[in-house]
Amino acid sequence: MSGIPHDHYEPKTGAEKWLNNRLPIIGLVYDTLMIPTPKNLNWMWIWGIVLAFCLVLQIITGVVLAMHYTPHVDLAFASVEHIMRDVNGGHMLRYLHANGASLFFFAVYLHIFRGLYYGSHKAPREVTWIIGMLIYLCMMGTAFMGYVLPWGQMSFWGATVITGLFGAIPGIGEPIQTWLLGGPAVDNATLNRFFSLHYLLPFVIAALVIVHVWAFHSTGNNNPTGVEVRRGSKEEANRDALPFWPYFVIKDLFALAVVLVVFFAVVGFMPNYLGHPDNYIEANPLATPAHIVPEWYFLPFYAILRAFTADVWVVIAANWLTFGIVDAKFFGVLAMFGAILVMALAPWLDTSSVRSGRYRPMFRWWFALLVIDFVLLMWCGAMPAEEPYATISLIASAYWFAYFLIILPLLGVIEKPTPLPATIEEDFNAHYGVKTHPAE
Amino acid sequence: MTMMRKIALSATSALVLASGAAMAATGAHVEFTDKAFAHEGPFGKFDQMQLQRGLQVFTEICSSCHGLKYVPIRTLADPNGPQLPADQVRAYAAGLDAVPLADGEERAREWTDHFPSRAGDGMGPDLSLMAKARAGFHGPYGTGMSQLFNGMGGPEYIYSILTHFEDNPACAPEGIDGYYYNSAFPNGGVPDSCKDEHGISTVPGSWIAMAPPLMDDMVTYADGTPATLDQLAEDAASFLYWAAEPKLMARKQAGFIAVTFLVVLSALLFLTNKKLWAGVKGKKVTI
Repeated sequence: MSGIPHDHYEPKTGAEKWLNNRLPIIGLVYDTLMIPTPKNLNWMWIWGIVLAFCLVLQIITGVVLAMHYTPHVDLAFASVEHIMRDVNGGHMLRYLHANGASLFFFAVYLHIFRGLYYGSHKAPREVTWIIGMLIYLCMMGTAFMGYVLPWGQMSFWGATVITGLFGAIPGIGEPIQTWLLGGPAVDNATLNRFFSLHYLLPFVIAALVIVHVWAFHSTGNNNPTGVEVRRGSKEEANRDALPFWPYFVIKDLFALAVVLVVFFAVVGFMPNYLGHPDNYIEANPLATPAHIVPEWYFLPFYAILRAFTADVWVVIAANWLTFGIVDAKFFGVLAMFGAILVMALAPWLDTSSVRSGRYRPMFRWWFALLVIDFVLLMWCGAMPAEEPYATISLIASAYWFAYFLIILPLLGVIEKPTPLPATIEEDFNAHYGVKTHPAE
Repeated sequence: MTMMRKIALSATSALVLASGAAMAATGAHVEFTDKAFAHEGPFGKFDQMQLQRGLQVFTEICSSCHGLKYVPIRTLADPNGPQLPADQVRAYAAGLDAVPLADGEERAREWTDHFPSRAGDGMGPDLSLMAKARAGFHGPYGTGMSQLFNGMGGPEYIYSILTHFEDNPACAPEGIDGYYYNSAFPNGGVPDSCKDEHGISTVPGSWIAMAPPLMDDMVTYADGTPATLDQLAEDAASFLYWAAEPKLMARKQAGFIAVTFLVVLSALLFLTNKKLWAGVKGKKVTI
């Protein structure tokens, strides 16, 4: 499976050979578990296992919740209360599921930024990166539709606002919005299809995850140096890499357990902290909440959506150039999806020949600024659309695009990278002060 | 449908275009009292006697205008709740409004039914989830920090509303019909005479349609607790928090067990990991 030479499964007994000739499934599991993994992976490489745990947690809790939930506008809210009050352990299931979404996004953002810093998106791992972005998009769709299901005030008005984004597309927007909602407004048809898709998409994510893992098992993991594992021979590869089992399984499980300490503390002691109180009020199409705010994990992109108002010069220019087809509302929608698109295009926008930010003295500062920018956008997204947040959002949105479209391509040309270690082994041994024994 | 659509679309454009007028914050600030409830903190428990007193306040006063439609009556007997004896819960259920049936008839309310709901003119919002719907984040406290560090949340909101009815401020006209000034209520109207030139309210809180519901000694507690306004409000707030989050204690217990287990598991995995990697990192195995 992997391009890195390593031991493969050899069926020994007759039964094993019999099965292996018909379905080499043990070999597949063996090769997946024993995959050579760069031994210098740091603690930022643990989020993958946290994400895998989140997907499993969400599917298991979600399947059980679906057994007790009723997707009907008159019954949905009450059925959630039924889960909270009458179903055995129902309150824990629901709080695990709701906060599980937060952990999922927390982990995926760290996972994405780790990739951007260490150049995991760069050749030959572009396909892994693109599939990762597709997973992220599916996660956003799943989370958004899941949030509609309790049929509280934020569910209803969030659905109204977000599906309204599609209505902003010139000409075909309104028919698309009507088609998405199953009617002229968010109603029972919307709730039913969102429930159906909310149940379906996680399995699409699961399939994409398998392809994601397959892709980076084919190229091998990236690592903090960005230097590839040597592939000349098995012996050479073994000096740079260790088998995934047991070294990284145990390391990842340790990290997962620590993350779960925090997760269960949140679920047990402050389960509603990240949620919105208004969602404990049943949906009412006639009463708009004072502030419609998405969940925290959507806030950065929500801030970008709102940043481009009609008085911003790029919006005025776009409006004039397109004879008014691109208005401020549509521009905001384009900016929001564009913000994710430019991130997906990072493998081709990043022109540097060096992968890891560790050896890129200028890149590091711009990258640190991008992380601050992301947090700043998240904060702006939670604030009302008024000054000074509008100006801050605009500047922060501009930096997001500038980073990917201008700074990344330019840095590759003007930056002088610091010397790379020759091998992963060299970096690892220097870090841990390991003396190399000729006998090894 | 078209009506609904218009509202939906206007909300959309208000948010997307962020037009200043549509999103103008009222700027009202409110006064809250931070109350140390028995259920607060990681090990906080509901005070069973307080929940029973709160049930009495709810039954004798609140329930004339407010429903509790998501709360099953039988949960009054649950451990970690008011924990009334089963025969008392049955008798209590029988004393509540009858259940209307589809054929226009009525039947007596059973303890397996929910509390009655209240709807119509002059009736207030359902209180089943009031304590969580006003829990704090973006709620009346502005940020979740107050909820996290001060333990301020929905019960404080309810307690404050019940105790912060005050005399009309000087700026307001005498006697606004059907509305009462409350310095803890964030969502009501404010007369123009109490706003500055930017339309921002100059007084804390706003006007609420609920008349002051509680006064000293309105209830005679069976356990002899003095029924001061403060006590009545605290008991009612505590009961309504239980009504909104009846599994609070079970949840905290599950959280405590999970965290303890995971801390031990983390420690064991840490040692396993250390030993596993010691050879690779050229260190002596010490454990």
